[in-house]
Amino acid sequence: MSAVSPGAKPYYFLPQPSHWPITGSLALLLMGTGAAFWFNRYAAGPWIVLAGFCFLLVMLFGWFGTVIGESEGRLYNKKVDLSFRWGMSWFIFSEVMFFAAFFGALFYVRNISTPDLGSALTGRELWPNYAAQWPTVGPYIKQQFSPMNAIGIPLLNTIILVSSGGTLTLAHHALKAGHRGALKFWLFVTIALGFTFLGLQAFEYHHAYTELNLKLSTGVYGSTFFMLTGFHGAHVTIGAIMLTVMLVRAFRGHFDAEHHFGFEAAAWYWHFVDVVWLLLFVLVYWL
Amino acid sequence: MSSITQPIGGHEHAHDDHAHHPTGIMRWVTTTNHKDIGTLYLWFSFTMFIVGGCMAFVIRAELFEPGLQIVTPEFFNEMTTLHGLIMIFGALMPGAVGFANWMIPMQIGAPDMAFARMNNWSFWLLPPAALMLLISLFVPGGAAGGGWTLYPPLTIEQGMGMDLTIFAIHIMGASSIMGSINIITTILNLRAPGMTLMKMPLFCWTWLITAYLLIAVMPVLAGAVTMLLTDRHFGTSFFNAAGGGDPILFQHVFWFFGHPEVYIIILPAFGIISEIIPTFSRKPLFGYASMVYAVAAIAILSFMVWAHHMFTTGLPTAGILFYMYATMLIAVPTGVKVFNWLATMWKGSISLEAPMMFALGFLFLFVIGGFTGLVLGIVPLDVALHDTYYVVAHFHYVMVAGTLFAFFGGVYYWLPKWTGHMYDESLAKWHFWLSFILFNVTFFPMHFLGLAGMPRRVPDYPQQFADWNMVSSIGAFGFGLSQLVFLYAVIKCIRGGKPAPAKPWDGATSLEWTLPSPAPYHSFETPPVVR
Repeated sequence: MSAVSPGAKPYYFLPQPSHWPITGSLALLLMGTGAAFWFNRYAAGPWIVLAGFCFLLVMLFGWFGTVIGESEGRLYNKKVDLSFRWGMSWFIFSEVMFFAAFFGALFYVRNISTPDLGSALTGRELWPNYAAQWPTVGPYIKQQFSPMNAIGIPLLNTIILVSSGGTLTLAHHALKAGHRGALKFWLFVTIALGFTFLGLQAFEYHHAYTELNLKLSTGVYGSTFFMLTGFHGAHVTIGAIMLTVMLVRAFRGHFDAEHHFGFEAAAWYWHFVDVVWLLLFVLVYWL
Repeated sequence: MSSITQPIGGHEHAHDDHAHHPTGIMRWVTTTNHKDIGTLYLWFSFTMFIVGGCMAFVIRAELFEPGLQIVTPEFFNEMTTLHGLIMIFGALMPGAVGFANWMIPMQIGAPDMAFARMNNWSFWLLPPAALMLLISLFVPGGAAGGGWTLYPPLTIEQGMGMDLTIFAIHIMGASSIMGSINIITTILNLRAPGMTLMKMPLFCWTWLITAYLLIAVMPVLAGAVTMLLTDRHFGTSFFNAAGGGDPILFQHVFWFFGHPEVYIIILPAFGIISEIIPTFSRKPLFGYASMVYAVAAIAILSFMVWAHHMFTTGLPTAGILFYMYATMLIAVPTGVKVFNWLATMWKGSISLEAPMMFALGFLFLFVIGGFTGLVLGIVPLDVALHDTYYVVAHFHYVMVAGTLFAFFGGVYYWLPKWTGHMYDESLAKWHFWLSFILFNVTFFPMHFLGLAGMPRRVPDYPQQFADWNMVSSIGAFGFGLSQLVFLYAVIKCIRGGKPAPAKPWDGATSLEWTLPSPAPYHSFETPPVVR
């Protein structure tokens, strides 16, 4: 770090007081409380959640709008930029750990609880006819289903998502080289691939529910399958929205070759959901 | 540790910032200032300490004598559950973040936290979460009553109070993650020139590692309670053997969070103690580098010991042995810390002001809590003592006499810097001795009760446990009421008192003591140079 002479550009960035955080807190209070009412069949529940979601949207637009305004107003120096980089890295690490909980649950039910339920020590007395083979609906739930095949839509989705990582990198190179047209084109292609992935994922869920008889309630196979792929899909949705915002910003003339961490943060997030998908493809669909 | 400091420039711009700031309540709602937010955290922590303490009063009143006198067993269960959740997520963790907010920017020579707006959100997520926990008491079915560990299948079957608890935990988790990202970024990026990592005060080091632990485990807790939620309402079978799942899976995921959580609660307290003991011994901290490595070692080991909470669930013997030995291993870095504190005091010019009294109380009682932890980590003993009052005694020695005493010491240590006034030393001494004695009256008998076989989380008990329960209840009411002395001492110090010099403790060395008392609104507007 270099020393700072008096009168130089401000060394630190200190934001003014803000009402966006309390707006977000109100939003989450309404959404959490409303969801609790909703899940316990109170008619007001969904409306409280909707009200909270509206507050959340207002907060997201307002807060990110403020940050974008400050960024385009060149209030952020290199030091602030580095703070954002640390912040985004640790946020992605927290997301990794969130998925780790569900991957851990998948490992546990496949390698520990399912064999245990069919073992001589614990399960066989209770459920003598239980095969204890993955994929399983469990020893007590009576339901026929077919597991999701890895070859087909999941493989196609893998190709789509990995390609979108490549097109996003092309967009980043174009941004750094100052080719605005190429930036917009490749960013658009990335977003289109992302939404294609989501459309195919929705089609796959429809296929599972209507033809494979594979549901969220299909024992522990259905639980792990839909929770892992569902949370991944939610993250792809968030990532695609982030990239869409970046495309809008690119059209408004934001970003230059040096100054575009908003774009990079969205790209990091996109690569993160990409890597999670690869793990999903191997551990959930394939093996 | 840094010793020679020279601020470049001055604080002449500090008054400008007050001009266009909201006043009254909106100042506190919209603030982006680390000191305001630290103050909010600390008062929230104290308020939750009182709320959780009132719940402890209900528990101890019911256990004053055998039989069911005051509350129903269901309400008793709700009290033990909420007491645990509120004390951990409402009192201890926010208290530690309050200290971090106040002290880290001042100790590393920064003007504020790296993300000042997000800092506000980290705090203002806590009151909604606390509100959700409290309103869960009044919904049909009552609050969550399965204990703070939320084990299924009991928590699958409860009413909507459990759902409110799940969402409250999600919100508190988001708050912790944002707070931790902020603290890590502040420490890694906003240190003053010359403030290398190995020159940082140990409090900053312990918080850097705590924040890393929080980011690693709070999302796992979020995953665990999300699986509870879908098992409750959407027909998943994660914790249901009928569908191929396993209730024990919840315990694995929960304790993967829960054990590092124990260190999340104690490490910032270690940091505060590591500031206080050198100051009042008038010697540099003995073995600074080994202290840093010990904290890091504790943090790494904390991820490999979670199943020692599950010795009675029927794990394979090989697994049990691994977790037992790994647990024993944690005693090594913890021992390094304790011996370093003792070596810091060795031949020092020790004076016994209130912060040092609390640090010494911490040292005595935390070591007792650490040793009972080792007892519980030994498998054959744990099989006998699991879910008895011995466990309750153990973790209250660690969390109350450990973390809470360190917080009390930290408050008295930094109150002159925060308020610009010296606190009332005799009031603080009264607070210490009342707390120290009554804490032991409350919790030491619980060891005997547990060894005699009294299970925890029950509202009634046989005659044979009556005597020590009565002693414990008397101690608990005394301990709770003596915290009013603390409240009075703090309010008295805020409202006035002997003006505090910039450095009221002659043995103190870290950067915050180069600032005037009370500290200016933005701590360091231009970075000081640390040599």
